[in-house]
Amino acid sequence: MIKVSYFARLRELTGKPGETIDRESMTVRELLDWAETAYPGFGKDTVHVAVNEEYALKEDIIQSGDICAFIPPVSGG
Amino acid sequence: MKPFEIVETPIEPQKYSDYVLHAGAGAVTVFTGHVREWTHGIRTLYLSYEAYIPMAEKKLAQIGAEMEAKWPGVKAAIAHRIGEMHISDIAVVIAVSSPHRKAAYEANEYAIERIKEVVPIWKKEIWEDGEEWIGGQKKYPEKGIE
Repeated sequence: MIKVSYFARLRELTGKPGETIDRESMTVRELLDWAETAYPGFGKDTVHVAVNEEYALKEDIIQSGDICAFIPPVSGG
Repeated sequence: MKPFEIVETPIEPQKYSDYVLHAGAGAVTVFTGHVREWTHGIRTLYLSYEAYIPMAEKKLAQIGAEMEAKWPGVKAAIAHRIGEMHISDIAVVIAVSSPHRKAAYEANEYAIERIKEVVPIWKKEIWEDGEEWIGGQKKYPEKGIE
């Protein structure tokens, strides 16, 4: 099971703060592809993924139990 | 207070300035970022900020460590507020002390630039006739974010 969180535009698009995906492992790229399919308009080319609160690369592997977050372009300050 | 924190109540800059001040400091710079009414001719009614709080606090602390590594002797504290904010409210405070003034100015500017790059905080502008999450359609950098 992989936990994912949505923020800002993505929270509004998906209509939820997060959910659990029933997978043992997947790459960050596969997770982004999954999100784009599940939620048209997700904009996977503009979204980063954080795994356990650190930015991950698209090749990185996510394991069951990891906490993931989709990070759309940040705009703090 | 924590030296690197996300807060939901009004920011009191003095607390962060006091935190970084010590006997070896010859300079303290305090930057406050405020809610602006007009952006490119569009009038903002209010802003709403959201954060991935645990990661945002970790990234603020990382920026503090970067500053201390780049400018030895610098001590920093940073707070960003989330939730609804109105015109002129303080959204962010960066306090930096250093033995001499140059490092305090430079490190302070470095901090705000890094916040805009890496800290998972999002701003929504609410106008009279609409609203939008700010951040644009930046492309995913293949090398990732550091």
